[in-house]
Amino acid sequence: MTQPLVAIRSVSKSFGEFQALKQVSLDVWAGEVLCLIGASGSGKTTLLRCINQLTSADSGGIWLDGELLGVREEGGRLHRLTEREIARQRLKTGMVFQRFNLFPHRTALENITEGPVHVQGRKQEEARAEAMERLARVGLAAKADAYPSQLSGGQQQRVAIARALAMKPMLMLFDEPTSALDPELVGEVLTVMKELASSGMTMMVVTHELGFAREVADTVVYMDHGAIVESGPAAEVLGKPREVRTQSFLSAVI
Amino acid sequence: MRAAPPLAKGFPDISGMTVARQVHWQRWLAAAAIVIVLAAIGRAFVNGQIEWTYVSRFLTAKVILEGITNTMVMAVLAMSLGIVLGVVVAIMRLSSNPVLTSVAAGYTWLFRGTPLILQLLLWFNLALVFPTIGIPGLWSARAVDVMTPFLSALLGLGINQGAYTSEVMRAGMLSVDVGQYEAAKAIGMERLRALRRIILPQAMRVVIPPLGNEFIGMVKATSLASVIQYPEVLHAAENIYYANSRVIELLIVAGSWYLLVVSILTPLQMLLERRFARGALQINR
Repeated sequence: MTQPLVAIRSVSKSFGEFQALKQVSLDVWAGEVLCLIGASGSGKTTLLRCINQLTSADSGGIWLDGELLGVREEGGRLHRLTEREIARQRLKTGMVFQRFNLFPHRTALENITEGPVHVQGRKQEEARAEAMERLARVGLAAKADAYPSQLSGGQQQRVAIARALAMKPMLMLFDEPTSALDPELVGEVLTVMKELASSGMTMMVVTHELGFAREVADTVVYMDHGAIVESGPAAEVLGKPREVRTQSFLSAVI
Repeated sequence: MRAAPPLAKGFPDISGMTVARQVHWQRWLAAAAIVIVLAAIGRAFVNGQIEWTYVSRFLTAKVILEGITNTMVMAVLAMSLGIVLGVVVAIMRLSSNPVLTSVAAGYTWLFRGTPLILQLLLWFNLALVFPTIGIPGLWSARAVDVMTPFLSALLGLGINQGAYTSEVMRAGMLSVDVGQYEAAKAIGMERLRALRRIILPQAMRVVIPPLGNEFIGMVKATSLASVIQYPEVLHAAENIYYANSRVIELLIVAGSWYLLVVSILTPLQMLLERRFARGALQINR
């Protein structure tokens, strides 16, 4: 393969005075599991949100599967894509949120079938059967008819992962998927994510779980103040970091 | 079961004791006072110059029954128009398009800013300004024929209601967590579909109590349409007392009907609330 699945080039983003991303460039290859680590406010979540266009970059470009996201180049100028085109591009990524964001008025099963049926226009029965399989794979077949309020945080997050996967994305984005969980529930979510990684899914994971990063990630990227400080194989970045800032972050976390 | 460890000296032993029932003598006193006042008011009405036979005779008179039917028809239709307008205007108000936002804000400003009775009179007298109305080249009619009391009342009440309902709907939509919009977008939904499938159903839960309030207000606001000759129940009562001078008796008749209708609406609202509370904690244990 000659082309990365995600190519991020010189992406910058400011929120008012605050510069969240400064000229960030990064490649993610198909099948790669990449963990983004760093202190809060370092820009890792913003970078993730730029990839599925919940936030739009001020400058720079992101290519996903060879397609420029959010804008179209024509006659030497960039034109913003329509809402419909952006929605279509989003289908290539699945997003898992820190606070789960399940639809509270729909059951676990309905949360999963919502996208396939009402966005992709697939048949209800077919989508339900597939959703049941996905629920079984995250160990929640018995909870198909439960509402989110009846599920624990860990169960909600597993449903959220199944919901994102139901759209058959080529890239899964995880935004601190275990940060809002009670400590005893973190493991069940990480287990689902590990299985997903071993199935060959391309994943970008913003996380504070360094154990998970060490075990599962191919690449670890350390960010600080909106810039990538260091990136490389997990063992190198976490084991013997070259940069002083990475070293001090890791020693503060562990 | 293990026996509780003994307390140190000086603490009384309260094991086996129960909490005594409190005597709320103030409540008894207040209730007695209220009963006396009510009895006095009741006595005044019984001894006052009210011919109760007129009340019972006209309570089910044909004109009155037609009047309350017209009241309900108008309340339901105008409220429906109000809700449709309210949802559309609330969505416009929350859009990122500055033209839509200002149109929505202007609509709310105009129709909340003028009295309802004035708006009803304006619609009813539209013919004074525009003798003929229509679409050039396609259709036209005399405004007097089009602007019947029914249509004037429907437009006046419904459009006015839309201005209030839009604010209620907007509050409901703002109450839904922003994460719900993001989750809907993340599975590829466009704004309008996300609003319809994800946001509005959740907003309904918040919005039904105030909408129930608004609907009860609407039932009573239809009485204002009596000034433009719409034959609702107050208009019917007035027509009767113009003839027989039994003013208070007929006002009691109309008032009883309003009370009855509102009493029926309250449990209906409860049912609706339960329907839209799907997935909320309180009903699922």
